[in-house]
Amino acid sequence: MTQERFTGSARYIATPELAMAVNAAVTLARPLLIKGEPGTGKTQLAEEIAATLGRPLHEWHIKSTSKAQQGLYEYDAVSRLRDSQLGEGRVHDIANYIVRGKLWEAFESDTQPVLLIDEIDKADIEFPNDLLRELDRMEFYVYETRQLVRARHRPIIVITSNNEKELPDAFLRRCFFHYIRFPDEETMRRIVDVHYPGLKRELLAEALTSFFRLREVPGLRKKPSTSELLDWVKLLVAEDIPPEALRTEDSKKSLPPLYGALLKNEQDMHLVEQVMFLSRRAR
Amino acid sequence: MLVRFFFDLRAGGVPVTLPEFLTLLEALEARVATLSADDFYQLARVCLVKDERHYDRFDRVFAEHFRGAEKLFSAFGVDVPDEWLRALAERVLSDAEKAQVEALGGWEKLMETLRQRLREQQRRHEGGNRWIGTAGTSPFGAYGYNPEGVRIGQAGSRHRRAVKVWDRREFANLDDSVELGTRNFKMGLRRLRRFAREGADYELDLDGTIASTAKNAGWLDLKLVPERRNAVKVLLLVDVGGSMDDHVRVCDELFSAARSEFRHFEHFYFHNFPYESLWKDNRRRHTERMPTDQLIRTYGPDYRVIFVGDATMSPYEITMPGGSVEHWNAESGATWLGRLTTHFRRFVWLNPEPAARWEYTPSIAITRELLAGRMFPLTLAGLDLATAELRRSPAAISPLPPP
Repeated sequence: MTQERFTGSARYIATPELAMAVNAAVTLARPLLIKGEPGTGKTQLAEEIAATLGRPLHEWHIKSTSKAQQGLYEYDAVSRLRDSQLGEGRVHDIANYIVRGKLWEAFESDTQPVLLIDEIDKADIEFPNDLLRELDRMEFYVYETRQLVRARHRPIIVITSNNEKELPDAFLRRCFFHYIRFPDEETMRRIVDVHYPGLKRELLAEALTSFFRLREVPGLRKKPSTSELLDWVKLLVAEDIPPEALRTEDSKKSLPPLYGALLKNEQDMHLVEQVMFLSRRAR
Repeated sequence: MLVRFFFDLRAGGVPVTLPEFLTLLEALEARVATLSADDFYQLARVCLVKDERHYDRFDRVFAEHFRGAEKLFSAFGVDVPDEWLRALAERVLSDAEKAQVEALGGWEKLMETLRQRLREQQRRHEGGNRWIGTAGTSPFGAYGYNPEGVRIGQAGSRHRRAVKVWDRREFANLDDSVELGTRNFKMGLRRLRRFAREGADYELDLDGTIASTAKNAGWLDLKLVPERRNAVKVLLLVDVGGSMDDHVRVCDELFSAARSEFRHFEHFYFHNFPYESLWKDNRRRHTERMPTDQLIRTYGPDYRVIFVGDATMSPYEITMPGGSVEHWNAESGATWLGRLTTHFRRFVWLNPEPAARWEYTPSIAITRELLAGRMFPLTLAGLDLATAELRRSPAAISPLPPP
């Protein structure tokens, strides 16, 4: 079988490893589990796969209260009860009260769809276990209507996790796995280029150096990530900060301008200030 | 050939199973990878490795298998926990430190020494010599490396500081961001969860609705109940530093498991034994302390208290005023523990030391006595017992005799 191969897109830079993972998952129609630091483009990946391969995208965002059943279907007993009170005719067919979930929608799709299960680690720890058969066989049974729902085309399933909870082994065995490493400077340059093509080379180089130095400060609770870098660069451009302001010498002494876009909590800011203070005193 | 690779991976500590291996073969058959070593490597990793923590092991096995390269893995993996070395390698060294490393014969030499030291350290621990004071001597002191700097399972924390001041005892903040194998702990802790109904009505009470609808002769009468909410309140008091160094990893895991399980969750640290004050942040432990009195006033008796500590110290640190190793305490630790246990009726002490060793350590025996026997080993079984203890209603617990 011939498949289009995913290699990234005009808006999304995919490393060869990531492209391989996606292509393996697409070819064998197995779920792909994506982990990585927050802000490295896990969620965006699904959107880009759908866009490049021209497939419909179904998104299922997981919350701490999400149940696996909600992804399949829900039986709206309350509506049915109310309809029976009002003597509606549709009450006799239970199928009228089955509300389809995201997984069902994806299974019913006419072309092979992309299904994003976002932040699966937010849910209860039993959540992945409840989806084993559905992800493996791509089918499930609706008890109320005694109907077996089977995927017309095995969807390309992209699952993201932020590592807040350990996922069960049985679940992991059924997935392909890829960990998005934090991009190196070269890849980062390409990413920023893709997002802000008009950016002065000089400014970009300074911004990246400054950014990677900040990431190396040990003990940061939340290291700035790609999406934060992009926000920061946007601010720098909007404020028209000259590259000189980001120079190595300066940033040793003080925080980089508009650092609020990079550091997201108070402790980290204190820590960086402290490190800066110490390095100034050491001179 | 690949079958050998499969078994090599398993031997190398990558948990690969047969279905995953078959998936790889299927992918090869479907020509996902072209005929290039890079492609094959990436594909194999995507199929066989399910956790970024195993990437490193996979790489080593791969290198060994496909290039017949040096048997690095056996030298590393057998004697020394992988994470120790990894944590070290991930450290950010300054230029001066790098120069120092060079002066000592380069990275290789240093790693060799380190490996050797770690081995010695393990043996020493097996010998059971854990008394206060000995843990402070650093096996890498000569090189300016503090073993506290090689914090297990806590890559990228406060290494730099530990390197610079090797003889001042630094305490690792138990990191709640790492989550290693916490699943087991969670399963245990889940039993502690007590669902209490509180808050606004917005969930349909199906049973109540059926009952009252039937009573209404079939006319619908909806009943709503408040949403189920986890209302267990937990106060975690953790011993850090000193003899607890050996147990940092296991406590780390407990800590991160506990953090995500409870709605009301507070933690405090103490050193060896709770005295008149506790602290929340190890970095600011000398400036920001919470007096134990205030803790008792702030958190009501409905909080369940979990102490985590090895209770291994000199008995004087518990029984005598002024016994603390790091400051002058006007009242003995036993008095303070007594105040805590009278206020918080529901409490347990989790001890990472194996239970078999408890009776040989006088301080553990004293602590157990003070706790009326509510000390449990930090294992799954111990957690079961501890959670069962914590779930008892306060009325069922007989108050402790006053200290």
